Amino acid sequence: MLTDQVALVTGASRGIGREIALELARHGAHVAVNYAGSKEKAESVVQEIESLGRKAIAIQADVKDEQSVKTMVKKVTDTFNRLDILVNNAGITKDNLIMRMKEKDFTDVIDTNLKGVFLCTKAVARTMMKQRSGRIINMASIVGVTGNPGQANYVAAKAGVIGLTKTTAKELASRNILVNAVAPGFITTDMTAVLTDEQKEDMLKLIPLTKLGQPEHIAKVVRFLASDDASYITGQVIHVDGGMVM
Amino acid sequence: MEDIFERVKKIIVDQLDVEEEKVTMEASFIDDLEADSLDVVELVMELEDEFDMEIADDEAEKIQTVGDAVNYINSNQ
Repeated sequence: MLTDQVALVTGASRGIGREIALELARHGAHVAVNYAGSKEKAESVVQEIESLGRKAIAIQADVKDEQSVKTMVKKVTDTFNRLDILVNNAGITKDNLIMRMKEKDFTDVIDTNLKGVFLCTKAVARTMMKQRSGRIINMASIVGVTGNPGQANYVAAKAGVIGLTKTTAKELASRNILVNAVAPGFITTDMTAVLTDEQKEDMLKLIPLTKLGQPEHIAKVVRFLASDDASYITGQVIHVDGGMVM
Repeated sequence: MEDIFERVKKIIVDQLDVEEEKVTMEASFIDDLEADSLDVVELVMELEDEFDMEIADDEAEKIQTVGDAVNYINSNQ
């Protein structure tokens, strides 16, 4: 259980982030629900968490902006007086072949998906170091391990997140802050809804468990990594992909 | 200045678990007080709280001895 622990989940208004926020709350955590633009959706996640008897707040913040991130973390610690779990989930895609990818599409994705993880990690580290405890769980992706045509920016960011995860794990281990990454495979969300049926069919052929993943598959692993049961795991990348990448 | 030194010394003794006598103005955190780089980061965080000030990262990097810390606080308070 995560009774009375405080979690901050970035990009938690929908998709995998939403499910993570709810899963942590179901297991006793109070949750700060970060969102970039979907205010109403974030508010509905907050209501759902409150109906489980936990505390929750929605906080708008752009994870690629340092000041915005600092303000967000301060709001969490001012509200809850502690911060035990950070889930770096916020992410975007701007897919294209390298030959067609604009520089801005590259930097935008790196800024949100990689720099955002760095900024949020840095911002929570102070509180977690003082507490002498903390869990940071980063959303990577199996494409960060394998590469994927059409996603140079996204893949570079996710591979970067894996390296950042390992470094943060080493730097903060002595303060009992455990840092791991979860690498989802093909999960049914808004992000993957844009793929054609043909692309989905092709993808299914690569999945030994022969079905697409759901957000709750990811959320349950995040909840495990946040729990006492995972107290001897740090610096790892857990693939949750139906066996797609081994 | 003396008062600042005493307050800084108390924090260092608590944080690094060293003997008071070792905490002199000349003492280097890493070379003399057996701190590692993360200890120094934490120490600066504690000083920020104690003296209610914000020490920018590039300024914090220059703080390597007890004297550096005392002088920085003295001239920025």
